[in-house]
Amino acid sequence: MCAKPVGVIGAGSFGTTVANLLAQNSKVLIHTRSKELLEQMRQQHRSRNYELHPDVTPVDTLEELAASTEIIFPVVSSSGFREVMRKVAPYLYPYHRLIHGTKGLDVTLPDGYTAEDTNLPLTRSHIKTMSEVILEETAVVKVGCLAGPNLAREIADKHPAATVVASRFDSVIAEGQRLLRNDLFQVYGNKDLIGIELTGVLKNIIAIAAGALSGLGFGENAKALLISRGMVEMIHLGKALGGNTEAFIGLAGIGDLVATCSSSLSRNFTVGYRLAQGETLPQISASMQEVAEGVNTVRIMKNFAQYNGFRAPITEKLYQVLFEDLTVEEALQYLMKIPLNVDIDFL
Amino acid sequence: MKLPYNNKQTFPPILPDHDEWPVVKLSKHREEFVELVTREAVARIKALRPGTAELIKELEATRYKEKLRLQNEPWEVDPDDEVAFWKKVKADLMEISGKKETGGREDEILERIVRRYADEIAGHFKHSYYRLAREIVTFGFARLLNASQADNFAGLFRGKRTLRDKIRIRGYVEQLRKLAKLGTIVMVPTHFSNLDSILIGWVIHELGLPPFIYGAGLNLFNLKLFAYFMDSVGAYKVDRRKKNLIYLETLKMFSNLAIQQGCHSLFFPGGTRSRSGMIEKKLKLGLLGTAMEAQRINYEKDNGQRIFVVPVVLNYNFVLEAPSLIHQYLEREGQEKYYIDSDNYTTSYKIVKFLIKFFTKQAEISVTLGRAMDLFGNFVNDDGQSIGKLGRPIDPKGYFMQDGRIVYDKQRDEEYTRLLSQRIIEEYHKFNEVLPSHLVAFVAYLVFRKKFSNLDLFSFLRLPEDEISLEYITFMEYVKKVVDALKMYEEKERLLLAPEFEKPLEELVQTGLNNLGMYHAKRPLLRHPLGHIYTQDLSLLYYYHNRLVGYNLEQYVR
Repeated sequence: MCAKPVGVIGAGSFGTTVANLLAQNSKVLIHTRSKELLEQMRQQHRSRNYELHPDVTPVDTLEELAASTEIIFPVVSSSGFREVMRKVAPYLYPYHRLIHGTKGLDVTLPDGYTAEDTNLPLTRSHIKTMSEVILEETAVVKVGCLAGPNLAREIADKHPAATVVASRFDSVIAEGQRLLRNDLFQVYGNKDLIGIELTGVLKNIIAIAAGALSGLGFGENAKALLISRGMVEMIHLGKALGGNTEAFIGLAGIGDLVATCSSSLSRNFTVGYRLAQGETLPQISASMQEVAEGVNTVRIMKNFAQYNGFRAPITEKLYQVLFEDLTVEEALQYLMKIPLNVDIDFL
Repeated sequence: MKLPYNNKQTFPPILPDHDEWPVVKLSKHREEFVELVTREAVARIKALRPGTAELIKELEATRYKEKLRLQNEPWEVDPDDEVAFWKKVKADLMEISGKKETGGREDEILERIVRRYADEIAGHFKHSYYRLAREIVTFGFARLLNASQADNFAGLFRGKRTLRDKIRIRGYVEQLRKLAKLGTIVMVPTHFSNLDSILIGWVIHELGLPPFIYGAGLNLFNLKLFAYFMDSVGAYKVDRRKKNLIYLETLKMFSNLAIQQGCHSLFFPGGTRSRSGMIEKKLKLGLLGTAMEAQRINYEKDNGQRIFVVPVVLNYNFVLEAPSLIHQYLEREGQEKYYIDSDNYTTSYKIVKFLIKFFTKQAEISVTLGRAMDLFGNFVNDDGQSIGKLGRPIDPKGYFMQDGRIVYDKQRDEEYTRLLSQRIIEEYHKFNEVLPSHLVAFVAYLVFRKKFSNLDLFSFLRLPEDEISLEYITFMEYVKKVVDALKMYEEKERLLLAPEFEKPLEELVQTGLNNLGMYHAKRPLLRHPLGHIYTQDLSLLYYYHNRLVGYNLEQYVR
């Protein structure tokens, strides 16, 4: 058993939740780049609305965190993920194990393009999952991820829940399970790292759409339609990025999808909801504390699908709602007019 | 990337005293080594099959597979007592099968089988053979090289050309020589032809390195000529017919222990020759895994002897076996019944005939020595220090560590081996030297293919060759595009270009056309006096074109 403490990078709602879960089995060190948050954690032993477990100790630098730990959980937004990895890389060695909890993608823009361009020629080589970013930027090889229906608030309130730890390394899965498991928290293992990462990433697209449906005041039939067709779209997109169907029908896939599409606790859901209420993306972003990963994922996946010549109707329409001037109602009308397709064509 | 050639340089041996050669030491203590392999392999197999019943089951499965092999695929190299040996095993197994009290007989049977395998695998390196074989190669072939210039028999012995003029070596030669003194080298070349092993053996000697051991297919020992060469370079024998667990574990243990003892090793990680002519896309992990295990054990022992992986890329203008290889490939793809000619390496006579052709007429062969890596795909510098990302020195021991100590974890090491194999493939692509002949084959094939893009690959390859031709001018337009792209790729260190690429386009293409598969009865690509480009064998053209597949260069012939 590892006597060293475990590290967590990022003290957002999910980072704090992960730290608190880990603290039930181990000493935990937590770092965030926000000085105020570090100060708050020290003074009040809480991070925003989340109380810290007594065994969670804030540390000032990534160097300190990396030097005292062998297992680290990076839980920072995908837009800042690569930068954080670059910063921590000098202190990481091949014996470190990294299990991230970030449900987003990293994009390296093709030469001469900006993120706002509407016709980015994105291929798979431009798009990286977080585990791929870790492998690119650091000396760490033993990489894993956390994914599943893990709404931070519910875990903090001690509702029962479960998650998936995915890694190509059995030992990483075993350590993730040992560190996270408790009486109220079950941990499943999966060897398909990329597949599991993609489920977590892609479900955010559907979560925004679910929020939008809810914001329009529609009920359960509409939501069920969205979840099942959204699942099909996720699988198509996921396969195009190198994932397997199997990952999508597990806890991290369908499980997380159902949770996020049903809960107003989800940031992505909230974005969709407020869009349907007539707010614009800039207005919504301005008033949110943390990033809704799905917004960025929609942008990436729309360009990827377009450039590679396949259809992803929900993603395309959401893109137009988020970044162009299509209304949620118009998007819905369009989607309802898609000629009937086969129900199941992905198995 | 402009990697220098080393053609004019001569390299003194790094270990002048032959008794210091690990392979000589190993052969001097052959009996002890076979015993060591037997002991360790038996222990490993018993760990994999704990329990008497399980082990007996494995022994019975092995005996049954061996019986089938003897019936279905008997080879000349099989020892005379092979049938008798397995009959005895059968009889002994009958006695203990199903019994609760076996008196440990199964252990004895296992040991007997493992010892027999280990003894077969261990080569018979003889230094005198080694010297003679080398003489034959350097003297004999050098004479042949000059034959094309000589106007009479005596002229054969006056020529000044040597193998070094034929075989271009470039890449990290000095680094390899340094690292061979600091640690143990595992050389992993691409595999296109049966000639590869002789070629690599010659290169290793030419660079002043002691002989490497390598696992040569037992089938090659069917041929007396090859057998002689193999025994001379420290080959151990790999029998691909034997796919049972006991054999495979013995083989891996042999390689593992030899590497631990500091024997530089040579694997063809592709397993067999590339059937399609493409650079390997997937490697066999078994033998690579033995290097991984040896490294871990070296770290556990005090010495911490380092192991370095050196990818090597070979490029030929002409692969003798190309017609049968590509037909095997197409047949395996399953779309058509091809008639398979027997492999061209059937008799020693044919080989000699080929070698004469090869050394008298064939244009240069290119050998690129890649940059050395540790077992985790990090480059190492000339002092053997692993360099991680950000150019930071890394202690590779850490990959095996957990909570401050080295931990045995089979699954982890298998995953490391898989990652290493991916890194080797990346390096193959980077150190692949594009020959003019590959360029012309690539462009011509794609332009032909484009004209018939409505056909699937197999219908296309069945087209009568005389229906396919191409105006030289059109051909040159595409060549120019691809050459421009190739030069850009070289800038970005994605591949290497042969020196002919410095020359004017016309000349480059002419060299390519002259050299491409020049000794096949049907030429893959020719230029007609009337000014068009045509092929006599589309499948062969496909084969040589495949050498440049995997770079996304197809986009320049759209």
